[in-house]
Amino acid sequence: MSITGIEAASQDAAASEGALDADAAKIEGRSQWQLTWRRLRQDKVAMAALAVIVVIILLAILAPVFVSITHHPPNIAYPNTGEDAAGNPVGPMTNGFWLGTDGTGRDLFIRILYGARISLFVGFVTTGIGAVAGVAVGLMAGYFGGFIDTVLARFTDAVLAFPYVVLALALAVVLGPSLTVIIGVISFFSWAAIARIVRGQTLSIKEKEYIEAARSLGAGSFRIMFFDILPNLLAPVLVLATLYIPTAIVFEATLSYLGLGIQPPTASWGDILADAQNFFQTSWWYVVFPALALLITTLAFNLLGDGVRDAMDPRTERVLAAGRGRRKRRGKRQVLADGQAGLAPAAPYVPPAEGS
Amino acid sequence: MSEPLASAGTASTPADPAGDDLVRLENLVKYFPVRAGGLVRRTVGQVQAVDDVSLSIPRGQTLGLVGETGSGKSTLARCVAGLIPVTSGRVIFDGRDITNLSRGAMRPIRREVQMIFQDPYSSLNPRRRVGAIIGDPFAIHKTATGGERKRQVQELMERVGLNPEHYNRFPAEFSGGQRQRIGVARALALRPKLIICDEPVSALDVSIQAQVLNLLSDLQRDYGLTYLFIAHDLEVVRHVSDSVAVMYLGRIGESGPRDPVYTSPRHPYTAALLSAAPAADPDTAAARQRIVLTGDVPSPIDPPSGCRFHPRCPKAEAVCGQQEPQLEAKAGDVATHLVACHFPVQAGENLAAAGRSEPT
Amino acid sequence: MAIIGFLVRRILTGIVVVWLVATGAFFLFFARPVSTVARQLAGHAATPQVINEVINNLGLNQPILVQYWHFIDGLLHGNLGYSYFNQEPVTTMLKQDLPPTLSLVIGGVILWLVVGLTVGIISATRARSLFDRTSSVAVLIGLSMPVFVIGELLILVVFVPLNQHGFTWIQTGYAGISQGFLTWMGHMILPWITLAAVQAAVYTRLMRGQLLDTMGEDYIRTARSKGLSERRVTFKHGVRSALTPVVSQLGVDMGQLLGGVVVVEAVFGLGGLGQVSVQAIDTDNLPVIIGFVIIAAIFVVVANIVVDLLYALLDPRVRIA
Repeated sequence: MSITGIEAASQDAAASEGALDADAAKIEGRSQWQLTWRRLRQDKVAMAALAVIVVIILLAILAPVFVSITHHPPNIAYPNTGEDAAGNPVGPMTNGFWLGTDGTGRDLFIRILYGARISLFVGFVTTGIGAVAGVAVGLMAGYFGGFIDTVLARFTDAVLAFPYVVLALALAVVLGPSLTVIIGVISFFSWAAIARIVRGQTLSIKEKEYIEAARSLGAGSFRIMFFDILPNLLAPVLVLATLYIPTAIVFEATLSYLGLGIQPPTASWGDILADAQNFFQTSWWYVVFPALALLITTLAFNLLGDGVRDAMDPRTERVLAAGRGRRKRRGKRQVLADGQAGLAPAAPYVPPAEGS
Repeated sequence: MSEPLASAGTASTPADPAGDDLVRLENLVKYFPVRAGGLVRRTVGQVQAVDDVSLSIPRGQTLGLVGETGSGKSTLARCVAGLIPVTSGRVIFDGRDITNLSRGAMRPIRREVQMIFQDPYSSLNPRRRVGAIIGDPFAIHKTATGGERKRQVQELMERVGLNPEHYNRFPAEFSGGQRQRIGVARALALRPKLIICDEPVSALDVSIQAQVLNLLSDLQRDYGLTYLFIAHDLEVVRHVSDSVAVMYLGRIGESGPRDPVYTSPRHPYTAALLSAAPAADPDTAAARQRIVLTGDVPSPIDPPSGCRFHPRCPKAEAVCGQQEPQLEAKAGDVATHLVACHFPVQAGENLAAAGRSEPT
Repeated sequence: MAIIGFLVRRILTGIVVVWLVATGAFFLFFARPVSTVARQLAGHAATPQVINEVINNLGLNQPILVQYWHFIDGLLHGNLGYSYFNQEPVTTMLKQDLPPTLSLVIGGVILWLVVGLTVGIISATRARSLFDRTSSVAVLIGLSMPVFVIGELLILVVFVPLNQHGFTWIQTGYAGISQGFLTWMGHMILPWITLAAVQAAVYTRLMRGQLLDTMGEDYIRTARSKGLSERRVTFKHGVRSALTPVVSQLGVDMGQLLGGVVVVEAVFGLGGLGQVSVQAIDTDNLPVIIGFVIIAAIFVVVANIVVDLLYALLDPRVRIA
């Protein structure tokens, strides 16, 4: 029952396919994660950024160790050794203060370390909350479409456009300024940014044939969302999350700076920098070192995030003056830049109109 | 009214409800609304994708459904599979009316009706391992778990000609033909009764096509499968089908057992399709004259009146535009060879002379 | 005439939004136990007597809906309440604090748009050049920096040294235009740069990306082949369509802008609406905060309407349907 003439050719093809199989027989499938990691390893800038982040995390964790080395707990003031005659902070490497002291004679280095704890904690926690909530909302909005999508999408847009100061103020009034307020405010916005993009991705993934295949197998909505769509979302979500962490850190610093967040005497980079303003004329280190700490941290996360994004999909984002394959890049760019480029209209699912 | 199509070789008694036919479509209609307007989207027209189609497929046989793009064959397939709701008409599967069932009621049916898709590159989730993809049916219908599931999946892989050791690979690591085999394995997992093949080999190289087609016929023999085989390539359809139906713009133009339809097509459209199919033998090819149809396939939103093919038909006359021809057997034909035409092609008639033609 | 319809609709929606925000804020603050509210309003050092006074004067014992009614009634008459702490009507306070905020916003927005878009356009047209690479680095740094750090660094590096050497044109704090245009600018220049810096970075990147994508489109190639000068092609065609996503991003950024304004005012001690409101936290000055919330809502709504009008102007496909 074979097509004459073609059978011979097909056996040849089968033989070559078999050879391929034999060669690769031992190799298990390399997941996208392994491939991404390999690519990332070759990106020097991203690796450097990763190293910096690891160092910062270590320093934050080991803060108590440094306390025992310097004998300066973060909230203890040393008016004698820590302040000069005029009551101003002392500079770096004086009297056992590695980076000098702050306005009330506390060890600046130690306080920066403890500030790092807060910043990293807030950064990771709020991003985590935002990622989970954002994926859930975006996934449901994109998959179910219709009314649910309209409601969720509008809500997401409203949240994104909402002035954060107003919310922070309001919460601070009611709850009193605190770490809780900060986490609440930042999480409130973090999920929206992620949800917007996840929704866009879900909309396009939903149209793929393998989703239709899953439906034809009898898979229910949640099964499809979790097993079929979600794995395809993890990559962009990871990029977004990595890039959101520095935003969260800056957010926290800003809110603390304004006095809406962490309250003194707890060390937070924002608080430190707020007080540092009073000592501009006399103590440059009080501003420079915490600012540097902030800058380096956010820069490192930003660079790492860019690196991860490039490693995920090596074809994109080589922006050239004359486009090569611009159509493809354009598609990807729209997807990733969706959060920045304004409203993406909800596309209702129109079943294929023609026969084949 | 069109009559059900019975399989070749059986007596022409109408099939009883749960008898010989595994699948029966009765006056199936599927229209898609065309919406326009800004804020409030009104329905301004209908895409008449499937317009009053009646077919049946006997157990263990293959019905080949042929048509060009826009003929409605994929839509029909999805209606049978229950993936899209039907506008009117009935889908009868194994004696049960499964038209527009709820998701819950449809679930057990899904174990018995499976689908193989056209594009091997987009019908498999690129982020999942092959073992998981093939194991999906077991997981969804909770028929096997853990080690037992893996064993069955590997058995399936072997059956379709894949190396079971590649259980943990990703689809990207397979060739097009192999991916299609994965699709076949997935469809086969729960030992369905009916497999709807939506152009399963159209995207493959010719040499690979043969392999996959052979696999499909082997499986049919071993597991007693029934196929609804959709394609646009007539040679492929001829190879696999027991009976054939030709669709044009949502309607069946001609249907019947394979051999009568291929050797003596009655519908001008079928004749034109057959004449355009490449012939392997160069002498035959030289002698044959292609029938060139004028015009493009009209839009299914606004189909022509009467016989939908009449604007392009070399034999069309006034009545063709006024009255829709019924699908019925013509004198001198096997009772199951049906055609919907006012002026069917006669034996020995040269359509190429009647319309515009060009030698191949 | 579609414009009129559009405006009417947006203004009505805007009013609804502002009303919702005001209501939300009101209930958030006042629908709490009376004693909590009273104690907050009366101040930290208040005796029970004072607290009772506060409860009576402000009618805090009344049912919440009655209080709400008074609140809305007051709003409609332009009365935002009375700041117990400052002993003056909130509206008076807010009016005083408006000029610095306005100066900051207008100057800052102009600066950021001009710089951001210009640098973005130049970077795109000279992609991969030294200019482009330098600006990319600057953008990356700008994006990583919190606004207040930029402000502080500017003060440290510009203001302090200049003043120490006798160049006193640049100052912190606010001076109204009435005190002389140059003086006003001297006070505003650093705040403007601070407010503009981060946003300019965002818009540079956005503009650059959009323009690069647009310039790759076929219709640009057609325009070039028609013989139009490169500059005309870039501006008339390329920039124009690259501008639309930028404009729509502006709408979303209004919220960010507000935050930036508050921070910059705090850093430079400009004493505008933002700073006053934040300080109101320390004194639990609820009426002022509610006043700020409402004004912020009005600002965001108005800004969005303006942005949408701009968008429709730029993109003829978007008609104010």
